[in-house]
Parts: sequence; structure tokens; C-alpha cells
Amino acid sequence: MRRRFALLIVCMAFATMQWARAEGGSISLRPPGTVEAGNAFAIQTTGSGQAILYIVGLGQVIRRNVQLGETTSFPAGVLYNAGHYVAILVAGSNTYNTAFDVVPASRPTSLSFLARPSRLSVGLHDGISGCVYIFDAYHNLITAPTSVSFKLSNPSGAAQERAVVTHDGAAWTAVDSTAKEGVDKFEAQVDGVSSTRVVEQVPGDPCGLKMSATQSGKELELATSPVRDCSGNAVPDGTVVTFTETYNGAQSTVDVPLKRGIAQVEMPVHDGATISVASGVVMGNEIHWR
Amino acid sequence: MMTRIRSVLVIFFVFVVPAAGWAEHPAVRVEPSNLHGPRTLQKETATAVIRDYLQSWQSLSTALEQNSAELLDQDFVGTAKDKLTGTMHEQAALGIHTRYRDRAHDLQIVFYSPDGLSIQLIDNVEYDEQIFEHDNVLTMQRVHARYVVVLTPTETRWRVRIFQAEIE
Repeated sequence: MRRRFALLIVCMAFATMQWARAEGGSISLRPPGTVEAGNAFAIQTTGSGQAILYIVGLGQVIRRNVQLGETTSFPAGVLYNAGHYVAILVAGSNTYNTAFDVVPASRPTSLSFLARPSRLSVGLHDGISGCVYIFDAYHNLITAPTSVSFKLSNPSGAAQERAVVTHDGAAWTAVDSTAKEGVDKFEAQVDGVSSTRVVEQVPGDPCGLKMSATQSGKELELATSPVRDCSGNAVPDGTVVTFTETYNGAQSTVDVPLKRGIAQVEMPVHDGATISVASGVVMGNEIHWR
Repeated sequence: MMTRIRSVLVIFFVFVVPAAGWAEHPAVRVEPSNLHGPRTLQKETATAVIRDYLQSWQSLSTALEQNSAELLDQDFVGTAKDKLTGTMHEQAALGIHTRYRDRAHDLQIVFYSPDGLSIQLIDNVEYDEQIFEHDNVLTMQRVHARYVVVLTPTETRWRVRIFQAEIE
């Protein structure tokens, strides 16, 4: 009798353990390993009864009431911020969790494109730089290597093109400013998405600055030839040209802005004087007057 | 090689030792920069960027624990700030808060844009994550993640503009 009672107790204890294991151990959740940002996905649960499902990450937090044993579906557009997430199932006083990742969508939809400078002289090697970061529709940085096409084009149709592959979502390039002044377009393009910046190219420093002198009574009339840069672009009016007359140890200087492409001034005539012309650091010719 | 080791040690003492005021400060290792941009990175700039980035973890941790988005203002800007602010609003609405404690950072600056207006770094970070529903701990775990981070300069400091975990 005692043996039967002991056996009954052991059997009951074993059955209780099995039941407890079935209740507690049968609950689980299985999210996908990775979810593409903004895509629909589902989390499968096992067990029975009601529970609360949390999805928690630095980018988003979501809560759902779920029926254990069923699949909980999340439609497109619900979980969209890339990052590391934890799915937590709260069933009574027990919790079960597992981690998964949301990865950026593969299709780019926007670019952050910075081009510098917005204004520069013509003919500068690698004078213009562009830097781009690529994002999906949810502003996630697309870190998979992606080809970016950079193009600098001027109104005449001439273009410089570069193809660059991103590293961790970023790409950059440098191009030369063109020989001709004007407003150029600098475009970055990725998979049909583009962003354009305007780069104004202005004439460079004067090149081959040359003046001539003509006597008019007690004055010397000094005038430059039309002032151009080394690419032949007219240097803009307002650029200052400096005339310097040195005579008998004395020096007089006159600054004159370009007007209609030339600079002109009158200075006193002195036999033996030396007259020079310059614009900024660019020296022109000298005249020795006799 | 010695210079690299010395830089790692210098950065360790610059960042870790002063951080001893924290209850538990993270270990910080800074790898030599591996830049794919044309711009030279000055040591002072690298030091400032890393200092400001590490501080951003402190404000992130406090902000998410208190669900207080204004605590992000000093260290986050743009997309990163918007997303973290959204997360805090969602947490608050659901009655949960989270505690993030960074344990170790392995940092490398990988890109300095030609215009000097952005710096990208990779952080292989280890942190503890605790999730609370009101005062009950729902889960607690240690996470290893690779973060891609972009910082941009503001008036007085570098702020985090992109802050995104990647699959390791």
C-alpha cells in the first residue's frame, strides 16, 4: 500500500513537472533574422493564451497584443528605422525575447549632396569637391556599396564625369573647374535619384597684363589692354589695377578699377621715370619713359 | 607602429581616465584612422570628435531612461535626433523606458569629407540594454553592435547626425 502511494506521488510529481514544462517551455517567438526597413514581416509565436509583444530598439518601439500560437503580422511601413531590435513576449509574469536587425532598404530615394565651393576661379585642378550620403525612403543610411555618378557640366555641354562606389554610405569626388567662366551644374546621381548644385566659375587672375603710355601735354595717359585671365576670360570690371611711377627715388601709386575691361589713368610726365602695372600679385609690363 | 600604440594610449588616458567620474565607465579603444577622403585629419579634430561622440552616449542613455528628448539637444542633431526623439515618445506612450550602458567602444574614423563638414566613424560597441515596463524589468542583455556614425560640426562641438546600428 505504501509502495503504491509512493509510486502515485512520484507519478503526480512527474506529471506536474511535465505540465509546468509544457506551459512555460512551449512559449517561444521567432522573428525573422533581418527585416528590410519598411517591409512587411511576421513574428511567429508558440504556446497558448494571450500575450503582449514588444519590439524595442533605439529607432522605434512597437507594442502588440498577440494570441500565442499564431503568427503576428506587421504590414509594410510599420518598422522602418534601421538598427538592432529586441522582440519581447510578455506572457503573464514570464518574458521571452530574441533579437533581430532591421537593415536599410536597398533602393535609394534621397541624397545628401554637398558641393564646395559654390564660386571659384576657372582652371583649378581638383578645385570642386562633392560629397554624398545615400538614404532610403526612411532616412536610413544605405551602407551597402553603391555606385554614385558625379557629373560637372557647363552650358556648352562639356562635362567631367566620375563614378565612385560608396564606403559605409558615403562617397566623394573632386573635379577641375573648367576653362570657361559661367554657371556649371554639379550633379550626383544614384540609381535614378539625383541632386544638383550650382557652381559659379569666375575668371581667374589677370594673365599677360600689358599697358601702353601716350604723352598728352604734361601728363602721361596710361591704359591697359583688355584684361583677361590665362584662359582668355575677361577679368570682371571692378578688379583693381595698380599703376606705380618711380622717379628720382620717389614713388607714386594709383589704384584704378577695371572699367569695360580696361584700366586707365593719367600720371605726370617725368623723363627717366619707370612705370609699372600690376593687379593683385600679378605683375604686368614696365615702361621706362624718356 | 610605436606612434600608433602611443596614440591609442594617449586617447585611452584622455577619454577613459577623466570618465572615471562615471559609475562604470566604458573601455575605449581608438584605432588609427583609415580615411578614404582627401582631407587631412588633425589630431585635435580627431580628439574632439571622439570626445563628443562618447559624451553623446551619456546623454543618449539618460534621455532614453527618462524619456526626456531635450537631453539630446547638446549631442544630437538632424536625423539621429529626430529618430531618437520619436523612440522616446513611443516609449513614453507605452509606459516603458530603456537603460543603455555602454561597456566598450572600438572606434575608427573612416571618412572626413573634403569640405570638413562631416566626419564618419565606425564604433564596434558593447553595451548593456535593460528594458523596463514601468518599474518591471522586461529583459536585460548585453549587445555587440557595429554602429555607423556621422558627426557634423556646430558652434562649439561635434554633434551626431547619423547613428545607425549595422549587422556585425
